Amino acid sequence: MINKINLTGRCLFDLDDYSPAEIETIFETTKVMKKIIQRDYKKVPTLNGKTVCTLFFEDSTRTRISFELAAKRLSADVISFAKKGSSLKKGETLQDTIYTLDAMGIDLYIIRHESPGAPALVNRYTGKPVLNAGDGPHAHPTQALLDMFSIWEKKDSLKGLKIVIVGDILHSRVVRSNLIGMKKMGAKVIVCGPRTLMPPKVDDVYGVIPEYDLNKAVQNADVIMALRMQLERQEQGLFPSLGEYSKYYGLNNRVMKYAKNDVLIMHPGPMNRGVEILPEVADSEHSIIIAQVTNGVAVRMALLFLILGGKIGREVK
Amino acid sequence: MMKLLKNGKVYLLDRKKFVKSDVLISGKIIKKIAENISEKSAEEYDCTGLHIFPGFVDMHCHLRDPGFTSKEDIESGSLSAAKGGFTSVCCMPNTKPAIDNISTINYVSRKARDVGKTKIFVIGAMSKGIEGKEIANIGSMVKGGVVAISDDGNCIQDTNLTLNVMRYASTFNIPIIVHPEDYSLSGKGQVNYGFMSTKLGLEGIPSLSEEMIVSREIMLAEVTNSHVHLAHLSTKRAVKMVRRAKADGINVTAEVTPHHLILTEKACDGLDTNTKMKPPLRTEEDRQALIEGLLDGTIDAVATDHAPHLDYEKELEFPKAPFGIIGFESAFPVIYTKLIKTGVMNLEQLIEKMVINPAKIINKDLGKIQEGAKADLNAIDLNESFIFTKDEILSKSKNSPFIGEKFFGKIKMTICDGKFTWKE
Repeated sequence: MINKINLTGRCLFDLDDYSPAEIETIFETTKVMKKIIQRDYKKVPTLNGKTVCTLFFEDSTRTRISFELAAKRLSADVISFAKKGSSLKKGETLQDTIYTLDAMGIDLYIIRHESPGAPALVNRYTGKPVLNAGDGPHAHPTQALLDMFSIWEKKDSLKGLKIVIVGDILHSRVVRSNLIGMKKMGAKVIVCGPRTLMPPKVDDVYGVIPEYDLNKAVQNADVIMALRMQLERQEQGLFPSLGEYSKYYGLNNRVMKYAKNDVLIMHPGPMNRGVEILPEVADSEHSIIIAQVTNGVAVRMALLFLILGGKIGREVK
Repeated sequence: MMKLLKNGKVYLLDRKKFVKSDVLISGKIIKKIAENISEKSAEEYDCTGLHIFPGFVDMHCHLRDPGFTSKEDIESGSLSAAKGGFTSVCCMPNTKPAIDNISTINYVSRKARDVGKTKIFVIGAMSKGIEGKEIANIGSMVKGGVVAISDDGNCIQDTNLTLNVMRYASTFNIPIIVHPEDYSLSGKGQVNYGFMSTKLGLEGIPSLSEEMIVSREIMLAEVTNSHVHLAHLSTKRAVKMVRRAKADGINVTAEVTPHHLILTEKACDGLDTNTKMKPPLRTEEDRQALIEGLLDGTIDAVATDHAPHLDYEKELEFPKAPFGIIGFESAFPVIYTKLIKTGVMNLEQLIEKMVINPAKIINKDLGKIQEGAKADLNAIDLNESFIFTKDEILSKSKNSPFIGEKFFGKIKMTICDGKFTWKE
């Protein structure tokens, strides 16, 4: 049964504006959406006549395709804006670009941008609902929702679970949104990584425990999420080599022994196999990495459906 | 015609307090101060209920002229300063061209004289073109009338060059104003490194960035025996270092801005670019240390760091917006409302920080309400409240985080060199 909390017209900048009950509503709706995309005919007419615009100011494969597919499966028209080849190259500001697009009649914006706060600016310029598809290292709430849904689906609830996130916590938007959401849903979260990749005051900001020893961090963990390690960070002098990183913070079978027997292994992708996660773990029975991708489409369908005012019970059965 | 200010509470320098008096102004000079002056040939102004302060002295502002006059120019900056009760301001040299030569100094001074709203003292560059590579022609600039030298926002990173600038400048007995920032540590930082940088996912500017240079400049000041003035302090440890340096007898002075005294990094939470400044707004602990430093004499002056930027420049994504906020018109009301009305400091201490000490640092005889002195003063209604709105700002730029706030302390008139430069 879907809890009928109305999310029509809402923006999603990050998860701090959403209550646990609203997040549950999104999860329940995602379950329904997941059934749709598992059918042979994967499309419903729910958002027929609505126009969704994806604004990708940064490169992305999975998030952009996931959103566009979600909109199309609900029968919305999709306009895709990419920075490459746009008037931004001619010096146009974000504000003027958005005004131009909005004059064409958009119902909802999905934006990825390198600057924290850019989604809120788009909402300020247009007054339309905006979904944040990643704004710099600030937030990536739909990724967090799909991560949380993937756990929720397996474990029925996040309450009381011990979740360990390991990697570049400092630069990760995925972590920031996950910390807000997972804490909100009652999980106990531990962040783990080298001190140079740990944001300051992470305990004060999110109420999570930083741990620098991976073996200790994963003791009795219900969920372990590895994050992509970028070579760029090595160049910035934040760690000495990918090899050394992997030695201390890579997920391998030896580390897995400390976790619970039914631990879930997650990764927001794309993975560096052999760096933050070894194939023996990435491809193990514990891994739900592929399910996360599928769930991404379903979560985004749920959000578009709820925010654009799709009717429950009639179109979606 | 002479001016007679009647029944105001006047800050008398010799008694160091406000005393109900009349002030008679003749030409540029205060002719008489007495309890009840009657002068038929003078035009009378009723100042009942008003406090008459010596005109404020801002030792750190940006008038953006030459080069960036769409943001501000000498005329609009002077008017804005006058409305804020300032009768003297010192403009920083990071203009285009930079103020590193006599002709630019003359341009600013001449234009300031033509406008005639506020005394404008010029701060010359430390390095040619404020590029941090070669020593500027400091001797010539001193002869041309600069009151200090500074590369301000372009803090010289090369320690040896800074050492030589200080050695050289000490020959001319002129203060060196330093914006303390180690760029290798502040990097692309946007807000304070700490709670807010983590929460917002913005790069942080650590306190250490300021403290490394504060520490360096203190050592260099000691070695070169020169006067180093540290601009806009923002961290607890920097205050502590200056306190210790002063106790050691090193010739160091320091300033703080009203916004660093009032706001913390929490103000950045909504990503309002009007909270983006350098140094960034820090923590409550830092703010308290700044107040403590101000009260115990570690920090000598309050300066605005008036930094105008236009709306279209600020209405961008946070990382793309420029650093800085305006400050002339809010400085007194902000300090009065948040620190004086709340009992943290008193009016006399404020005069020390906004008039007496800055005048002393730039070696100018300013801010004395006494017979025979220049008539530079303002009259303020401390009980009148108002909402600080964009529409009423006289600066060309409106980039202030205080817009929409209610303040007390309405500046009713400002007189500079005996002339009204602002009158409500």
